[in-house]
Amino acid sequence: MITLTVNGAEHKLDVDIRTTILDALRDHLGMTGSKKGCDHGQCGACTVLINGRRVNSCLTLAVMHEGDEITTIEGLGAPDKLHPMQESFLHHDGYQCGYCTPGQIVSAVGMLGEVKDGWPSHVTGDIANGGTDLSNEEISERMSGNLCRCSAYPNIVDAIRQVGTTGKGAA
Amino acid sequence: MKSFAYERASDPKAAAAIASRAHARFIAGGTNLLDLMKIQVETPETLVDITRLPLKEIVEAGGGLKIGALVTNSDLAADERVRRDYEVLSRALLAGASGQLRNKATTGGNFLQRTRCNYFYETNARCNKREPGSGCDAMNGFNRILAILGTSDKCIASHPSDMAVAMRALDAEVETLKSDGSTRRLTLPELYRLPGDTPERDTNLEAGELITAVRLPKPLGGTQIYRKVRDRASYAFALVSVAAVIGVENGRMETVRLAFGGIGTMPWRDARVEEALTGEAPSAALFAKAADILLAEAKGHGENDFKIPLMRRVLPAVLREATGVSA
Ligand SMILES: Cc1cc2nc3c(=O)[nH]c(=O)nc-3n(C[C@H](O)[C@H](O)[C@H](O)COP(=O)(O)OP(=O)(O)OC[C@H]3O[C@@H](n4cnc5c(N)ncnc54)[C@H](O)[C@@H]3O)c2cc1C
Ligand code: SF4
Ligand code: FES
Ligand code: FES
Repeated sequence: MITLTVNGAEHKLDVDIRTTILDALRDHLGMTGSKKGCDHGQCGACTVLINGRRVNSCLTLAVMHEGDEITTIEGLGAPDKLHPMQESFLHHDGYQCGYCTPGQIVSAVGMLGEVKDGWPSHVTGDIANGGTDLSNEEISERMSGNLCRCSAYPNIVDAIRQVGTTGKGAA
Repeated sequence: MKSFAYERASDPKAAAAIASRAHARFIAGGTNLLDLMKIQVETPETLVDITRLPLKEIVEAGGGLKIGALVTNSDLAADERVRRDYEVLSRALLAGASGQLRNKATTGGNFLQRTRCNYFYETNARCNKREPGSGCDAMNGFNRILAILGTSDKCIASHPSDMAVAMRALDAEVETLKSDGSTRRLTLPELYRLPGDTPERDTNLEAGELITAVRLPKPLGGTQIYRKVRDRASYAFALVSVAAVIGVENGRMETVRLAFGGIGTMPWRDARVEEALTGEAPSAALFAKAADILLAEAKGHGENDFKIPLMRRVLPAVLREATGVSA
C-alpha cells in the first residue's frame, strides 16, 4: 500500500512495486491526461510536476514519491477554469492531434518556473549571469524534451512565449 | 520489468550494507536504471532507494567544491559557484538530456550511466558487456556512436556522459563509502575501467560501494568551453565532444585542460595533448598537431570512422575559440 499526493488529494493505492507514476495515474487513478508516448524518457508526453519540478513520470517509481506533491495536467486547470498555458495553447492552436499536448503544457509551466528561478540553458550566452530572455531559441532548447510528431512546434513556441511574457493565455 | 524487493535507505551506511547483497542496486534518479530494467538488461533483485539520504548539498571545501551525490543535474548546472568558476561543467550538464531528465538525474547516477550501444540494449543481440563471453555484435554492426579510443577486441562501447567529460577536465574526484564503513577517494581514471577482457565491469567500484560526493579542486579560471557535436541540436547524445579550460598568459597557453566525449570507452583525456600545447603560443599548426597526437591510436570500426576526421576539426575549432587565434 502506498500513498500518493496528486493535485492536492491523497490517494491510497495497492499497486505492484514496479508501478511507475505514469501507470499509477493512468491505470489506477483514472487520470489519463498524462500520456504514454515512449515509456523511456524520450518524448515528454508523460511530463508531470513533482514538488513543482517537471519530470518524466514514466521513468520514476510511484513508491519512491510517497509524500511528494504531484501535479498533472488535470491539476493545472479544467475545461471551465483553464490554466493560462492551456488557454494559450488553444488560442495559438498549439497542437494538431493533441497527443503530446498535456506533456507540452505541463512541461512549459515547469520550464517557466525554471526561467523565473534564473536557470541558464544550453543556448544562454552568459551563464555566469543567467538569462531570462524568452527568445524562440531559448524556448525551443528548454522544451526539447517534448517531442511533437505533428510538428506543431511554431505554434507551441508562440503559445509559451505569450504566457512567459504576459502571464496571460488569451490575447 | 522483473520484480524486486524495495528498500528505502535511512542513512548512507545502511544503504551500502544493503546494496552489498547479491543482485542489489542503488536507485537515485532512476532515469538510466529503470530504462534498462524495463527491457530487462538490468534485473536487480533488490533496489536500494537512496533518494532520501542527506547527500544533496553543494558546499565549499578545500578551496573548491564538494558536491553531494544526490544533487540533481539541474541544480548543479544552475549553482552560481559552478556557473562562475566551473563554467565547463554547467555547460556540459546543460548540453545533456532534457529539462525533465536533468531534474531527476543525479551527480552520482550520471557518472554511472551505462553505454548507449544499441546491442547492449537489444537482448537478442550478442554483447560482452551485457552477457560476458557472448560476443560483440557492434564490432561489425551499427557502431556509429561507439568509441575509437580505449577499445578492446571484446567491446567498443563509448561512455555516454557529458558531465563526466567536464569532470575529467576539472580533475574531479569521487568520494565513496564501502559496505564495511570505510571511505575512499577515486580520480576518474581510477573510477572507470577500460573494457579490456572484462567489459561487463564499467568501474572499479565494489558491490555496495556508494558514491557520496564529488570533489572539485580550486577553480582554474581561463576560458571554459564545452563543444558537443550531435545528430540534432538538442536532446541527443554526443557523437564527439570537447571540454576545454584554456588560460593564456603573455601570448602563451599556460593552463590547458582538455577532455573528450564520444570517442573513448571512458571520458577521455590524454596528457600528451596537453603537454604539446602547454607553454606554447597558440597557432593553427600547433592545434592540428594536438589533434594528431590525440588521434594517433584511434581506430574506427566502419560506421564510426567519421569520428576521426570530425574530431580532427572539432578540437582545433575549440582551441581557436578559446584563444582567439585562427592562423
Ligand atoms: C532520453 C535520454 C536522453 C539522455 N541524453 C543524455 C545526454 O545527452 N547526455 C548525458 O550525459 N546523459 C544523457 N542521458 C542519461 C542521463 O544523464 C542519465 O540517465 C542520468 O544522469 C542517470 O542519473 P540517475 O540519477 O537517474 O541514475 P540512476 O538511473 O538512478 O542510476 C544509474 C546507475 O548508477 C547507480 N548509482 C546511482 N547513484 C549512485 C551512487 N550515489 N552511488 C553508487 N551508485 C549509484 C545505480 O545503481 C545505477 O546502476 C539521457 C537519458 C535519457 C533517458
Ligand atoms: S560494443 Fe560493448 S556494449 Fe556494444 S555490443 Fe559490443 S560488447 Fe556490447
Ligand atoms: S512516455 Fe515518458 S518520456 Fe515518453
Ligand atoms: S500535436 Fe500531435 S504529437 Fe504534438
